[in-house]
Amino acid sequence: MKEILIRPERCMGCRSCEIACAVEHSQTKSLFGAVAEKPVPRKRVYVEFAPEYSISVPMVCRHCEDAPCVSVCATGALSQDGIIRVVTHDMEACIGCWTCASVCNYGMIGRNKEQRIAIKCDWCPDLELPACVSACHTGALVYKEVEEFSGSKRAEAALKLARGVTAGESR
Amino acid sequence: MVKNVYERSVDPATRAMLLEADRAGIETAWDRFEKQQPQCGFGQLGICCRNCNMGPCRIDPFGEGPEKGVCGATADIIVARNLLRMIAAGAAAHSDHARDAVLAFKQMAEGKAQSYQIKDDAKLNALAAEYNISTEDRSKEEVALDLANVLLSEFGKQTGPIQFTRRAPEKRLKIWEAVGIEPRGIDREIVECMHRTHMGVDNDPVHLLLQGLRTGLADGWGGSMIATDVQDVLFGTPTPTMSESNLGVLKSDEVNIIVHGHEPILSEMIVAAAEDPEMIALAKKMGAKGISVAGICCTGNEVLMRHGVPAAGNFLQQELAVITGAVEAMVVDVQCVMPALGSLASCYHTKFISTSPKADFPGTVRMEYHEEKALDTAKEIVKTAVENYANRDAGRVNIPKDKSACMVGFSAEAILGALGGTPQPLIEAIVSGAVKGVGAVVGCNNPKVQHDYGHLNLVRELIKNDVLVVTTGCNAIACAKAGLLKPEAAKEAGPGLRAVCESLGVPPVLHMGSCVDISRILVLAAALANHLGVDISDLPAAGAAPEWMSEKAVSIGAYVIASGVYTVLGTVPPVLGSPKVTGVLTKGVGDVVGATFAVEPDPFKAAGLMIGHIQEKRKGLGLKT
Repeated sequence: MKEILIRPERCMGCRSCEIACAVEHSQTKSLFGAVAEKPVPRKRVYVEFAPEYSISVPMVCRHCEDAPCVSVCATGALSQDGIIRVVTHDMEACIGCWTCASVCNYGMIGRNKEQRIAIKCDWCPDLELPACVSACHTGALVYKEVEEFSGSKRAEAALKLARGVTAGESR
Repeated sequence: MVKNVYERSVDPATRAMLLEADRAGIETAWDRFEKQQPQCGFGQLGICCRNCNMGPCRIDPFGEGPEKGVCGATADIIVARNLLRMIAAGAAAHSDHARDAVLAFKQMAEGKAQSYQIKDDAKLNALAAEYNISTEDRSKEEVALDLANVLLSEFGKQTGPIQFTRRAPEKRLKIWEAVGIEPRGIDREIVECMHRTHMGVDNDPVHLLLQGLRTGLADGWGGSMIATDVQDVLFGTPTPTMSESNLGVLKSDEVNIIVHGHEPILSEMIVAAAEDPEMIALAKKMGAKGISVAGICCTGNEVLMRHGVPAAGNFLQQELAVITGAVEAMVVDVQCVMPALGSLASCYHTKFISTSPKADFPGTVRMEYHEEKALDTAKEIVKTAVENYANRDAGRVNIPKDKSACMVGFSAEAILGALGGTPQPLIEAIVSGAVKGVGAVVGCNNPKVQHDYGHLNLVRELIKNDVLVVTTGCNAIACAKAGLLKPEAAKEAGPGLRAVCESLGVPPVLHMGSCVDISRILVLAAALANHLGVDISDLPAAGAAPEWMSEKAVSIGAYVIASGVYTVLGTVPPVLGSPKVTGVLTKGVGDVVGATFAVEPDPFKAAGLMIGHIQEKRKGLGLKT
């Protein structure tokens, strides 16, 4: 099962993911159409700047395994698919109580200003690859299974260690 | 990738070469375009500003993030400033080209550029008369020197007027004066754009856009018009002639030299040098049957219009020409030359030769030309190409067979000449309704549009509806390749236009030249308006740029609108981030100059918009619709 995973060291802060997200969640699904739409299309991914480190980090819903937002939702507006685990949000059922926002550890609940209800990432159900991931030119956002993602990170780390061993031998 | 070939272009030669590129594992502009997807939303909307180092700043188009840059500039201000810089760059490109043409003309007049001469005495005298330069008892060269000096002074003029703006109808001049957009000097307007868009200068969107119109006018009725007219005096005013177009014009058994870019100054000499018996003998010694010159982009159009030198293709075909494996030299000057040609040429035997003192690219053989020894340099270039024939790998030669005959060379003078020296017959045809109106279709190629699809469908739709099309630039080459510039193409026109074309023996699509030659369209429009005693904005005429991409096209758009011609763009300009600027360009500006922009990517709908506009103008003139 694929996740949107983050490689923050690659983020340049271009916010292309944010634009692509808002466009994908617009009525026209086109940039030039979306900018003129009412209600204004909303993004569900956020590029946060950490000034202490001068680093931008694209933040996107984790679709947690035991999602706090789902468990506290009083109306059942937030629900989790039993198989693919995507946390979806039913706009009709949402009453805008913001309990979900209170418990989300990552601040991934946004607000639809016009309707005064919650909005959040839905992994772009119409797309093979979520819009934010395909918009990312530097690969800061990837859509992979955790096993594969961690596997490649592990291989990279192992390579570094191996290089250290070789350097030690040659000394 | 192969499956995309048909989606990338409607042109058979282009498709064949894209398949070859795919087979050879060679990257083209279309592949690079795909790798750029999705393109930056802020850039496409025009809402990023890099004009000072407090930035870069961006405005959130969806209103959640920043609404202002660090200086306080809103989306409206940023979009207007960016657009003005595009206009300035485009006007600079056309006008700097013009400057070089006038400088060459001046050196010729002073006897310092012996290879050049005055080819059109009548045009020299006509221009001299416009400037009140006496021609009596004076040599051509003396007159030319005076003319060169006054033309050069147009660039540095501070308070106007630019003389050629006086060709516009009286009513148009009054509008420009009343709105305050009459250009004061070519260089002044361009410099002022750069000043106004510097941090903390002009920050009113409408005020900025008006300067854009003024700068456009300094290009259209200044720089571009000067380039066209001086080149006509130096190299001859085009007259109708037959030629061929598309990659199939390349020869499998001759030395192929491609001239690409925008200026005729050196390419004229290359055409001459390629006819030099000494060079032809050398080519034969190398085993070639001869030397063949072909053009791409507007350098191609310049030599096509004046000498019938075949056009190998338009903008997006520059890389494909090299991929034929049959090009000994790709000789370039300025504008629209892809830096990608360098690494591409290194995969073949092609020598990529850069010639302009102001333009170099990776991987070139540098052969800079200067007017005083232009023919010598041209011979050296031709010799380099001929000698390179030995390096051609016959096994890699793959020239598509596609090419089409075309009738070209319709300068404003030639059109009026064909009509018997007066626009009256054309006006009569318009009045009778045989010809509904005139559509000017121009502009580039852009991988955002299926190559030539926008051009050909728009033009076909117009002529089918009895709209006479005048064309320049890469649209003209698209039409040439598709056979629309053959007199027989009249069969594709509506019955009224068809009859007019057949009686005159001309195609329904008239090739008026390179992109600076859009000035010829202005001259023709002014002639029609003046003959009728109306303004250009009253004419049943409309413009379009279905596949535009360059900043020059933005400057052209500015002057065409400011001259009173409604214009439909096929690709979206980077302005939609500002509702205000979008509103001014598509609506508000109409109240000021009597013409607006529209954006319509679908060529059939674009044609509908143009025809609707033409019908409205016919109604305004009391003509039957």
